[in-house]
Amino acid sequence: MADLVLPETPTKAWTWRQGDVIFRWLSRGCAFLVPALIGGIFLALLIYSLPAIKKFGLGFLVSPEWNPVTQEFGAASSIFGTVVSTLIAMLLTVPLSLAIVFFLVELAPPKVSRVVSTLIELLAAIPSIIFGMWGLFVFAPFLQAHVQPWLASTLGFLPLFQGPPMGIGIMSAGIILAFMILPFICAIARDVFLLVPRTIRESAFGMGATTWEVMYKVMIPYGLVGLIGAVFLGLGRALGETMAITFVIGNAHRISASLFAAGNSIASTLANEFAEATEPMYVSSLMALGLVLFLITYLVQILAQFLLRRLYRSWSAGL
Amino acid sequence: MKNLIWLAMITAVTLTLAAGAQAQSLTLNGAGASFPYPLYSQWAHKYHELTGIKINYQSIGSGGGIAQIKAKTVDFGASDEPLKVEDLDQAGLVQFPMVVGGVVPVVNVAGIAAGRIKFTGDLLAQVFMGKIAKWNDPAIKNLNPGLNLPDLNITVVHRADGSGTTWLFTHYLSLSSPEWQEKVGVGKSVKWPAPNSVGGKGNEGVASYAKKVDGAIGYVEYAYALQNQMSFAVLKNRAGNFVTPSIESFQAATANADWQKAPGYYIVLNDQPGDQSWPITGATYILVHKQQADAAKAKGVMKFFDWCYKNGAEMAQKLDYVPLPAKVVELVQATWAKEIKADGKPVWP
Repeated sequence: MADLVLPETPTKAWTWRQGDVIFRWLSRGCAFLVPALIGGIFLALLIYSLPAIKKFGLGFLVSPEWNPVTQEFGAASSIFGTVVSTLIAMLLTVPLSLAIVFFLVELAPPKVSRVVSTLIELLAAIPSIIFGMWGLFVFAPFLQAHVQPWLASTLGFLPLFQGPPMGIGIMSAGIILAFMILPFICAIARDVFLLVPRTIRESAFGMGATTWEVMYKVMIPYGLVGLIGAVFLGLGRALGETMAITFVIGNAHRISASLFAAGNSIASTLANEFAEATEPMYVSSLMALGLVLFLITYLVQILAQFLLRRLYRSWSAGL
Repeated sequence: MKNLIWLAMITAVTLTLAAGAQAQSLTLNGAGASFPYPLYSQWAHKYHELTGIKINYQSIGSGGGIAQIKAKTVDFGASDEPLKVEDLDQAGLVQFPMVVGGVVPVVNVAGIAAGRIKFTGDLLAQVFMGKIAKWNDPAIKNLNPGLNLPDLNITVVHRADGSGTTWLFTHYLSLSSPEWQEKVGVGKSVKWPAPNSVGGKGNEGVASYAKKVDGAIGYVEYAYALQNQMSFAVLKNRAGNFVTPSIESFQAATANADWQKAPGYYIVLNDQPGDQSWPITGATYILVHKQQADAAKAKGVMKFFDWCYKNGAEMAQKLDYVPLPAKVVELVQATWAKEIKADGKPVWP
């Protein structure tokens, strides 16, 4: 270091080089802030939920009881609502977004493709509460008046479509979620499809494959890992979605076979009940619910990252 | 140029400090129940216009209000559910009622207008337990022979968030039905037994769900039932009369209660005697510390509430809250004089 100091400035205590060192430490500190934050949140959740974990043990995860009067709490009804509403969302979004993206990448004229892509991306910019309000005031009444009675009369022999149609409930929550995660899955699926080499696509067409065959037998298998990654990324978002769900899911702690019934997701339970929870065990149980959500979402995200990384690596190596 | 920037900065800092000092003259902070929030914020606004004293009230829920006043982060707390005397003593708090409100059952059945359908407490409990699942159930029909009740499922709409409204309502159902008391109980949130039910967030959430779902029955604060033009029910009170919810019937319940004999003003105004008393009525409370650290601030809080009692009645009624009768206010102010102290000296009057 010493030989680098210029002879004209031997007395100057402050040099830019020292500033560089400080900057390096500063940026390093900023970078480590994020893992520290995640660790801190996890620890805080764990500490606050300890009383509930001690009292209910693993039974917390499977008990459908949620009774603030007797202070008996279980996560099963909230986990059930989270899983079922997310499942509905995924079942609707995945085929829909594949179809959309295939159209945009393969069939649409470039101009149309650009406009539609932008619009889909704009969908991601709509705040979640707007989805919630639209769901409550427009979509749920529509479901109640038109869709659910029809489902009940045609498929009513299934327990899934029994009970009075209320509009609000697990079903509308799942459908609203589907709209919300659509742009995220679309964006990644588009990247994945674009990564499929032109030559492969064109040779498939050249061999006389139909459009459907190109999508089903060439594009999807080629990008499968990436598509799964996209799906998991959407899943991660859907699991933690709070505001829109709270508006339309019906907020009842219940496990019902019917999709018309009201339910509760973990996030909506937390949003609803924190403010007035005064008893220590109540608060601790809510914290434990938060911990469960944190762990589920984290695992899904890690899986998504893992799959996406594997895909990009294999492609950059192969081409 | 540099001088100019310095000058600008110094001016800005001075101005900010000056403004800060002025605002610091007196700012009082409160937090708690959401039910009285519209009223407290209007009172605070008017009081600020008159005196220049600023009152911040954060509507974070009764639970939050209790926690904040215990932690001394606010100058007063507010709760819809009165604290028990032993809890008050343990935390060194004084509690007094501010205004009274009523909870009303609302129904959404085509053709049933406001004030037309009758319920007794026991019948209401059976409906909310899910034991009566259809609107044309004989039990409802017998009580309402003149109404055309359809063959429609009843959907129970309740609060999804913990709330003083739920506490008051479940307290009433417990008084009316031993079965409800045993199976469900009383609480700011309870385990709702009816299989066909949905939860809405806040009074507005319950009101909007109840309006959207055909065959719904719910419960909201009176003001929300009026604002949303909902069909409220008529209830049988302790005297055996069917009464309509109104400012007058809430006042009747308040006036007929024996406040003098209630330590810590712990009175639930449910099911009070009196011909006109509405059976689901409750007061909302303010909590302050007995030992005040800052005499000026404590005096400021008392002065504000004194002003509210004496000059806020009209504003309260406009927003469909019931002001307390003068004799209850006298009792409350006697409590202030006796219990609230700073440096060993009473703060009020």
